[in-house]
Parts: sequence; structure tokens; C-alpha cells
Amino acid sequence: MKELKLMKGNEAIAEGAIRCGCDGYFGYPITPQSEILEHLMLENPYEKTGMVVLQAESEVASINMVYGGASVGKKVMTTSSSPGVSLMQEGLSYIAGAELPALCVNVVRGGPGLGTIQPSQADYFQSVKGGGHGDYRLITLAPASVQEMYDFVELGFDLAFKYRNPVMILSDGIIGQVMEKVEVGEHKPRWTDEYIAKTYPWAATGKPKTRGHNIITSLNLQSAEQEKLNIRLQAKYKECEVTEQRYETFQCEDAEYILIAYGSSARICQKVLELARAEGIKLGLIRPITLWPFPSKIIHEIGLKTKGILSVEMNAGQMVEDVKLAVECKVPVKHFGRFGGVIHTPGEILEALKNF
Amino acid sequence: MTREEIIKPENLVYKKTPVLTSNVMHYCPGCGHGLVHRIIAEVIEEMDIQDKTIGVAPVGCAVLAYNYFDVDCIEAAHGRAPAVGTGIKRLYPNHFVFTYQGDGDLAAIGTAETIHAANRGENMTMIFVNNGIYGMTGGQMAPTTLKGMKTSTSPYGRDLQTMGNPLKITELIAQLPGALYVTRQAVHTPALARKCKKAIRQAFENQKLNQGTSFVEIVSNCNSGWKLPAVKANEWLEENMLPFYPLGDLKNNK
Ligand SMILES: Cc1ncc(C[n+]2csc(CCOP(=O)(O)OP(=O)(O)O)c2C)c(N)n1
Ligand code: SF4
Ligand SMILES: [Mg+2]
Repeated sequence: MKELKLMKGNEAIAEGAIRCGCDGYFGYPITPQSEILEHLMLENPYEKTGMVVLQAESEVASINMVYGGASVGKKVMTTSSSPGVSLMQEGLSYIAGAELPALCVNVVRGGPGLGTIQPSQADYFQSVKGGGHGDYRLITLAPASVQEMYDFVELGFDLAFKYRNPVMILSDGIIGQVMEKVEVGEHKPRWTDEYIAKTYPWAATGKPKTRGHNIITSLNLQSAEQEKLNIRLQAKYKECEVTEQRYETFQCEDAEYILIAYGSSARICQKVLELARAEGIKLGLIRPITLWPFPSKIIHEIGLKTKGILSVEMNAGQMVEDVKLAVECKVPVKHFGRFGGVIHTPGEILEALKNF
Repeated sequence: MTREEIIKPENLVYKKTPVLTSNVMHYCPGCGHGLVHRIIAEVIEEMDIQDKTIGVAPVGCAVLAYNYFDVDCIEAAHGRAPAVGTGIKRLYPNHFVFTYQGDGDLAAIGTAETIHAANRGENMTMIFVNNGIYGMTGGQMAPTTLKGMKTSTSPYGRDLQTMGNPLKITELIAQLPGALYVTRQAVHTPALARKCKKAIRQAFENQKLNQGTSFVEIVSNCNSGWKLPAVKANEWLEENMLPFYPLGDLKNNK
């Protein structure tokens, strides 16, 4: 039975967590994503599914609670917005280094510093290039609708456990706050402790007599050992790059120009497509769904057939670097964006395209 | 006695607990960390909870504690063991969870996590090894470094005016309603080590009650950091650390 609900993006994250069988949420309030913690507290899932919801003393604590929960094989997550996610970077690096599955959501606001509570996409670099220390990657999903906020929680956990790697849902203040219709799924049961011990033999679930003790660590005092870990990580990332590039294309078949945009920007760019096509401009749109791994393959394929690519981002030009790499600079690539919390209008984008 | 006679089971006077692995410990000879490890491991053995115990190691000299405890272990980021422990205990409430931290880890960089875990009354055992110095990084000043004490970052002695005061975090913890049992112990004499074992046993037993946090400080030595031979370090501990950090229970609400 299809169940439809009208929800804010932030509420959809919370609902997605409860319904996909998440075991634990740890978070600290920050605008524009506090509704996630609020909704979870209101729903009180502990009474229904046993899911733990805890308001931590800081984002540093939240991410380390997540590290603990992930170490014992549970589906755990945290959410925050830009300044809070900056505080989590050490923890994310540890989670990647210890090869643990975990989910983090960043409902991005304008920066730098305390910045603004208005929507932004200025944390692309932080999420995609690795905001923490060391050679690691975050699988980064960019939802463009409230439905995707809901769906990507489960997808995020699936990818996190498949690759034993942290996953980031990189959203923004628009998608977090806007209300849309969402088709929600059935409640899935949480994994039992027995299932976890059997399915994830690496998890530190308590050492039975039948196995040695499990150690969760990211420390290797011998650099040769640390290099081996890095080589293993890189192999995993390679595999991820081959199999997990996700995207959506709009009217690219005959396109002479294309826009590349994710999240809210992609929604705005769909309007630009309409305006451009009405004026006879053959414009297409590629919407990356995974920002890492970046959908370079499709951008290369389609991009090389066009006269130019405009990367539309609510930042000063971050993803544009990956677009240039994808087409190996064989096609002109430009950036258009408003930033600091300002949202670009379809008219502005069309204007930028005409001046390409 | 011949070797054959000595190794007969009936002549056994001491046996390493199986909850400690056979890995050679990296601690300096005479360091308190090894003793504290042994006591914790013996308690786990005696309570028969090896399969239900999860340990959290710090960043500090005890960073490799996970190589010595034969239980499932997690190595936390510097100062974050109480948050990591919280995540574990909330998700496995029937397991025994303990954190193990030094003074820099617990009372400087991780102060917020320490206070808030105890204030929430997380039902776990927090072990705090206070040696008044940053052992691992080569003997820098710690939050617990005594007045006038020389370290590599207080080479003329800790000056309270400019460097702040030694922090009695255990006294702070004792004020918190979430803390069930708060005690200060030592392990540098056999009698004190036996007392300490009793305290650690209670701190683990308390997890069966689910009534709050059990917190055990152990005033310990760091002969390398203090630049003293092991025996002298223990004397220095008696004469200087214990007057400022007096031993005994600060709170026992059980
Ligand atoms: C974020 C971070 N800052 C600093 C360090 C460096 N560091 C490692 S251990 C340590 C101090 C440890 O001292 P303490 O907790 O007292 O433990 P001890 O070695 O004395 O047992 C420091 C500063 C680190 N690993 N991580
Ligand atoms: S440096 Fe100090 S705390 Fe570290 S092992 Fe040596 S004596 Fe122990
Ligand atoms: Mg110390």
C-alpha cells in the first residue's frame, strides 16, 4: 500500500531513519536542520522500534557516539549543518580510517564562519575532497527533493555497509525546509544482535569463545602497515568510482549547451531548461546524484558533444573543477553561482548562459 | 626445586589472567598503566563477563590497550572515549562498557565529553589514570600537573598565574547527579593495588544496577615523564601527588 505524507525535507530524513531500521541517532541542534532531532524526539522511536535518539553535548560528541555505535555494527547516524559538520571532521576521518559504516547529513548553510542560516552549497569541497585529515573519501549523496531526503537515508546506510565507509548526504537549507509529498515505505525491523554478529564479523559486539577479539582502530605505528591500509582504501574507492556514479539527465539528447547542477540548484535549473527551450536554445541538464564518486563518465560522454558547459552552484565555484576534469578541458566550462546564502534565479542563470 | 617441580599446577602461586593477551606491553618499566590493565582484566575474568565486555582505549600512552585486553576494543579519538562509550552502551545496554583514559585525554581535550557522559549518568565504568603529565607525547604539562611541577612545557615549573591551576576533575564529577560511584585509588603498593581492585570490581558490578556512571581515578606515576627512576617516582607520587589528590571514595550512592 502506497502511503503518502506531506513533509519537510528534514522531517523526511527523520522518518526515513525510523522506517529503514536505523538503530541510533546522535545530534546537536543547529539551523536549518533542527527539525530532524525535533521530529525524532516527537516520534519517540525508542518506544516503537528501539531506535535510540540522543541529544549530544556537541557535534564532536555526536560524531564520536556515531563512531562507537558503528564500531559495534549498528546503523547509526548524525545530522548537522555546516559549522557543526566542520567540528565532525576528525571523527569522520577516524570512521573512514577504521573502515566503519556510518551516515551523516549536512543541511548546508552559507559560510564561512557562523555565516548565515540561508541555504548554500559551499560545503562541496569539504564533503567531496575530504574535510578531515588523511587520504579518505566520503561517499556523498545530493538529494534534490524531499522524497530523496527520505530515500537516501536507506540508500546511504546500504552504501555505508557495502563499502564500510562513511556516507554524507549533502543537502541544503532549501531541501531541508521545503514541504513536499513523500511516498514512505513500510517500517523495516532493526537488525537483531545475532544478525549483526553473524553478518558483520568485524564488529566489536563482545568476544565469544569462538573468535579472537575484534579491534576497531585507525592506528598503525608502522608506516608500512599504514600504507597497506591506504592501498586497501584506495582500491575500495576505485571500485566505488566504477560502480556507484549516480546521476539524472534532462533533455541532453540534442543539447548544444548543458547545465550541471545538484540539489536545489538542479531544481532551479529545470526551470531554466523550460525558459531556454522556449527561446529555441538547445539546453540540457545533468544532475549529479553522487558528488563523490563524481559522475564523470556521463559528463564526459555528453559534455564532449556540446559547445559549452555551465556549472551552476550556490557557491563561488567548487564542483566546476570536477566538471573540467571530467571533460579534460576539451569543452569550455564556466561557473555561475550566487553565494553566501543567496539563491540564484532562473533568469540570472539563463542570462549567464547567453553570455557564455 | 627443579623446573619440573615448579611448573606443577599445585605449585602455582600466580597466573596471568586469560583476559590479558600474551602481547608484550610497551609501557616503561615501573609504569602504573600495566598494573591497572591487569586489575581490570582480572575483574573481567572473575565476573565472567569477557564475552559481554567492550573496552574503549584513549589516545595517550594507553592507546594500544586494545592489544592487551582480550576483549573487543575500540580506539577512540583523543578525549572522546566517553562519547564513544555512550554510543556503544546505548546500543548494547546489557553489555559491560568501560573507557580507559589519561589525564590529558579525560580532563583537557575531552573535558566536555567526560562531564556530560557522567552527567547523563551513562551506565558505564570510566577508568581515569592520572599521572599529572602527558606521557605519550614526551612529558608536557597536563591539566593535572601540580603547582611548580617541571614538565617540558613548564620547564621552570607550573606557574598558576599564567598556566592555570591543576584540575581536580574527579571532585567535579562527584558533584554530578548522574555519577553513582566516584573514587580515587592508587596502585603503587600491593595494599593499594588490592584496594583499587575492589573499587574497579564495584565500578563494573554497578553496571548491573543501571543507576549511573562509575568513575575510578587512579593516581599513577610516569617515571619517564617525571624523569625519575621507578622507585623514586613512586616516592615522589606519595609525597606530592597524594596530598593534592587524596585517595578514597568521593561518592558511593550504591
Ligand atoms: C586531536 C589531538 N591532539 C593532540 C594529540 C597528541 N596527543 C597524543 S596523546 C596526548 C596526551 C596524552 O596524555 P594523557 O591523556 O595524560 O595520557 P598519558 O600518555 O599520560 O597516559 C596528546 C596531546 C592527538 N593525538 N590528537
Ligand atoms: S611515558 Fe609515562 S605513562 Fe607512558 S608508559 Fe612511560 S611511564 Fe608510563
Ligand atoms: Mg597523563
